[in-house]
Amino acid sequence: MSSIPMECYLILSAFMFCVGVAGVLTRRNAIVVFMCIELMLNSANLTLVTFSSYLGNSIGQVFVFFVMTVAAAEAAVGLAIIIAIFRNKKTVNIDEINIFKW
Amino acid sequence: MNVQIILFIVLASVAAISSVVMITRKNAVISAVFLVLNFFALAGLYLLLNAQFIAVVQVIVYAGAIMVLFLFVLMLLNTETEHKLFADKRAIKFFAILISAFVFVQVAYLIFHGSPSRTLTSDEAASVKAGTIQAIGQQLYTNYIIPFEVAGFLLLAATIGALVLAKKKFE
Repeated sequence: MSSIPMECYLILSAFMFCVGVAGVLTRRNAIVVFMCIELMLNSANLTLVTFSSYLGNSIGQVFVFFVMTVAAAEAAVGLAIIIAIFRNKKTVNIDEINIFKW
Repeated sequence: MNVQIILFIVLASVAAISSVVMITRKNAVISAVFLVLNFFALAGLYLLLNAQFIAVVQVIVYAGAIMVLFLFVLMLLNTETEHKLFADKRAIKFFAILISAFVFVQVAYLIFHGSPSRTLTSDEAASVKAGTIQAIGQQLYTNYIIPFEVAGFLLLAATIGALVLAKKKFE
């Protein structure tokens, strides 16, 4: 571990976060947008684990545990919302779901 | 070359490439499969960082539970492919890539400017000790007991909320 500089992990994490941002902005399928958000959460987790490991302190990993809990709750509720929308509008294309737009 | 460096290069390139493939595929199911691959590569990276507990939880919770939920909903809804959306939204794609590249440059500049590896000397023994279930469990059940209980309550609320939202009719 000591042979790999910390910046490698941090750059990988930043890259994955930016790919997630690009995915959220370009994709139009609501479920894929959700998956891109999971990707961004995971890249933040990688940063937390990196710092936790290099500092020799387990609190960062406790935070990752909580992030995973919130991600699981978010995925369950979000997918239920998508199912409810699909039942009403027969689409998951976020360009066509614009009932809040004015 | 050190084994750890080779492992890092392989896992990091798998994670990076699978994330890019994930956002560029038109078929959502293929995107989900590449996201699972990305999660497995991340679990390998966590093992490389001596975070055993988080690596196992990553595979069980993310690659196991959450992605099964995603694939289940994807196949349940049987969504149309995004062909027409990929064809004519060139401007959105261009600006999205511009924005994310801008964010990446900013973060990369901060990382290299701060260069944390210069001040942070990694201690292998402390790092191994920090990643064990014992160390994490000790923190969770002493200093973080209230957030831990709140997390349990949050999962209960999410379960009930998902049930209510996915029901046929609101009452």
